[in-house]
Amino acid sequence: MTVTKTDNTPVTTASTTSADETEPVGSTRAERLSALVQQHGALAVLVIVSVIASFSFDSFATSDNVTNMATSSAFLAIVALGMTFVIITGGIDLSVGSLFALGGVLAAWGSRHGTLVALLLPLGVCGLIGVVNGLLVARSRLAPFIVTLAAMLGARGLMLSLTDEGANTYLIAKGSFLAELGQGTTLGVGNPVWLMLALFVAGAVVLRRTRFGQHVYAVGGNEDAAALMGAPVARTKILVYTLSGLLAGLAGALNAAWLASGVTILGNGMELEAISAVVIGGTLLTGGLGYVSGSLVGVLLLKVIQNVINQIGSLDSSYQQVVSGAFLALVVIAQTYLGRRRQLV
Amino acid sequence: MAPPAEVLAIRGLSKTFPGVRALDGVDLVLRPGEVHALIGENGAGKSTLIKVLTGVYRPDAGTVEFQGRQVSFATPLEAQKAGISTIYQEVNLIPLLSVARNLFLGREPRTRLGLLDFARMNREAEETLRTYGVRVDVRQPLRTLGVGAQQMVALARAVATDARVVIMDEPTSSLEPREVETLFSVIRRLRDAGIAVVYVSHRLDELYAVCETVTVLRDGRRVHHGRLSELSRLDLVSTMLGRELGEVRAEGLTKFSGDHHAADTEPVLEAEGLTVPHKLHGVSVSIRPGEVVGLGGLLGSGRTETAKAISGALPIRSGKVVVAGTSLRGGSTPGAIRAGISLLPEDRKSEGIVPGLSVRENIALAALPRLSRFGMVSEARVDKIVNTFIERLRIKASSPHQKVGELSGGNQQKVLLARWLAMNPKVLLLDEPTRGIDVGAKAEVQKLVDELAEDGLGVLLISSDLEELIEGSDRVVVLKDGAVVGELTGEDVTEDTLMRTIAGDAPATAATKEVATDG
Repeated sequence: MTVTKTDNTPVTTASTTSADETEPVGSTRAERLSALVQQHGALAVLVIVSVIASFSFDSFATSDNVTNMATSSAFLAIVALGMTFVIITGGIDLSVGSLFALGGVLAAWGSRHGTLVALLLPLGVCGLIGVVNGLLVARSRLAPFIVTLAAMLGARGLMLSLTDEGANTYLIAKGSFLAELGQGTTLGVGNPVWLMLALFVAGAVVLRRTRFGQHVYAVGGNEDAAALMGAPVARTKILVYTLSGLLAGLAGALNAAWLASGVTILGNGMELEAISAVVIGGTLLTGGLGYVSGSLVGVLLLKVIQNVINQIGSLDSSYQQVVSGAFLALVVIAQTYLGRRRQLV
Repeated sequence: MAPPAEVLAIRGLSKTFPGVRALDGVDLVLRPGEVHALIGENGAGKSTLIKVLTGVYRPDAGTVEFQGRQVSFATPLEAQKAGISTIYQEVNLIPLLSVARNLFLGREPRTRLGLLDFARMNREAEETLRTYGVRVDVRQPLRTLGVGAQQMVALARAVATDARVVIMDEPTSSLEPREVETLFSVIRRLRDAGIAVVYVSHRLDELYAVCETVTVLRDGRRVHHGRLSELSRLDLVSTMLGRELGEVRAEGLTKFSGDHHAADTEPVLEAEGLTVPHKLHGVSVSIRPGEVVGLGGLLGSGRTETAKAISGALPIRSGKVVVAGTSLRGGSTPGAIRAGISLLPEDRKSEGIVPGLSVRENIALAALPRLSRFGMVSEARVDKIVNTFIERLRIKASSPHQKVGELSGGNQQKVLLARWLAMNPKVLLLDEPTRGIDVGAKAEVQKLVDELAEDGLGVLLISSDLEELIEGSDRVVVLKDGAVVGELTGEDVTEDTLMRTIAGDAPATAATKEVATDG
């Protein structure tokens, strides 16, 4: 395979590429193709699966089903947005599932004191846990895996103590602003979906167009070099874990508003779903390369697959997980293969 | 006109690490527009000096004055901001980011909205790089560039940050000759712009081509400084290695017996035309059974690479390795081991011992497949071999079950040696076998090398210790910039001829047999 060696001659290759300046592309046709598939492959699969599903199942392309899928995707997508930042820096955040549940319970619990408290409380607590995660990872140089695993256990414990081991379920009053935020629609689309889309646009701009975003890529690409080049490595790491915590808390709060109660059993395994979505979307688990848009596609793909399996109906619910797992493995294998072709890993 | 005031003045710099005096009262003065060669062998203190200058280490004593003010940098970033940029041997950029973003990271142009201005960034990056002879699509990720072009990006970045002093640590080690030319023209441009350059390299040709002044470090001390043109190559090499010319030793200081009775038979190892891009250019070495062949040359001349290429640890582009008549397929370590080649690596910590395992386990590690039948390891056979070698190599351990990490450096080295001897090798490649071990252990290892050769092993010895190399070897093959430049045999195996050969001004006598490598 022809790789970097061919570029030893520093001649201009500008005319041969038409890629957006912000997207890393390869130098050879094969590399460029791999890059394209890695970046947009998930989108292509999403389209194909959706088209097939809508022909195969009458109930798939109905507005009810689509609306439902979109709204339930929104919460995971918000969590995956934060996870994208963390993974691009080369880290991982296992605490988001617990923070999601904790955020929901805190929002429901706080809703009796008004919407402001119901929103600020989960954001404050989950954001703070994110800050602690970031500090431990960046300053104490502990492994992100362990730090966020501890946060995951701790946050779940906190949530259980708030609900008396899950015996208490706090409700969100109908008609409150919070409930409206979670359940209402604007132009026929659920409010959480709009909010999620706004966050993704903002996230993409931050990641692609700000210095902070550059630092996120730099830290994940080569931490030592980034430090030597003057990137604030520690600050960047603290910020991404804080962001991940905040977004997980927000997603939890919105989800609680949607369900009108803080459901304690939610969020189990959500961190893994979020990581899967990010990886499916073309972000490298080793860091340094990734796309916010890819993560959104990854979330949608996961949700569509789940929905399709539900539509089949005849499939035992246990086997649904087997199919999901096999599909995920397939996608990750494809991504890894493409990454190797591009000599990224 | 008076010479311009100094931009950097280092005075009496000292730095001690546990057990090592890395820098001992070193002075170095740089004027604007001066290209200064900083040279010295391994452990001379070059890296420590650079690291003190760039804020990685704090000095124990001495002062650094930069642009008239006394400074003490806490981090490389601080040094960089003040105007001291460093270009490392390995390119320290971010491969997945685009060329332009690498160039501008941390000082990206922004639009009025505070967002990054990519159009301007790419345009300026292209303009800047063109002046460095690099014409690439700056939107491409950095990794798609050749090493030379990457090095240029690093250089452009270093200079663009308003550097007054640029330190280049072996910048040419991975460059093509044409790229080296471009680098030199950039250095000359920096010089003309009044920027001082500290140039670290082991390639004498380069030093003389581009440097004006020189500082030679040895064992943490400055042993020479002045104009480079006033120092002949031979003087430079002898100053660096710390050997007076014509210094004759009646009696060796090492424990080597001197000559071995190399069987006048077919070589047990024949390596021919080993070529590794950027590293080796057609190196040939042959070793007969019972012979110790030394590999001479300065740091970076390709000694370690030669050993690694022979042992299959470094893939070769062309050339062949023949062991006892059987040709090896290149690039396979297991294949080389099976054929009977054992390499004792230079860095025993990272490439050799497993500190958490016992002496017994470390010795048996490589030989396990040979000591087992149907996947079951015969404990009795392991014990037998381990005990044999502990005795034969005089390994001092409380028991075979002591952890290797707890042993002294010398004994660790012996354990490694035992591991490879347990493989029953025909050829032993020793890369700096006595580095970092105490004098007593050193003598024992040297004696062992002798004994092994007596037993009929072919030994390739790499050592930066000239005495050890000269007294331990029957022949010395001299490398320079990845090619064989001479071979010393018989009477000519002396420090004198070795240094002359390295310096490249060996008289055309029988002293050196010039080996034609460039046709």
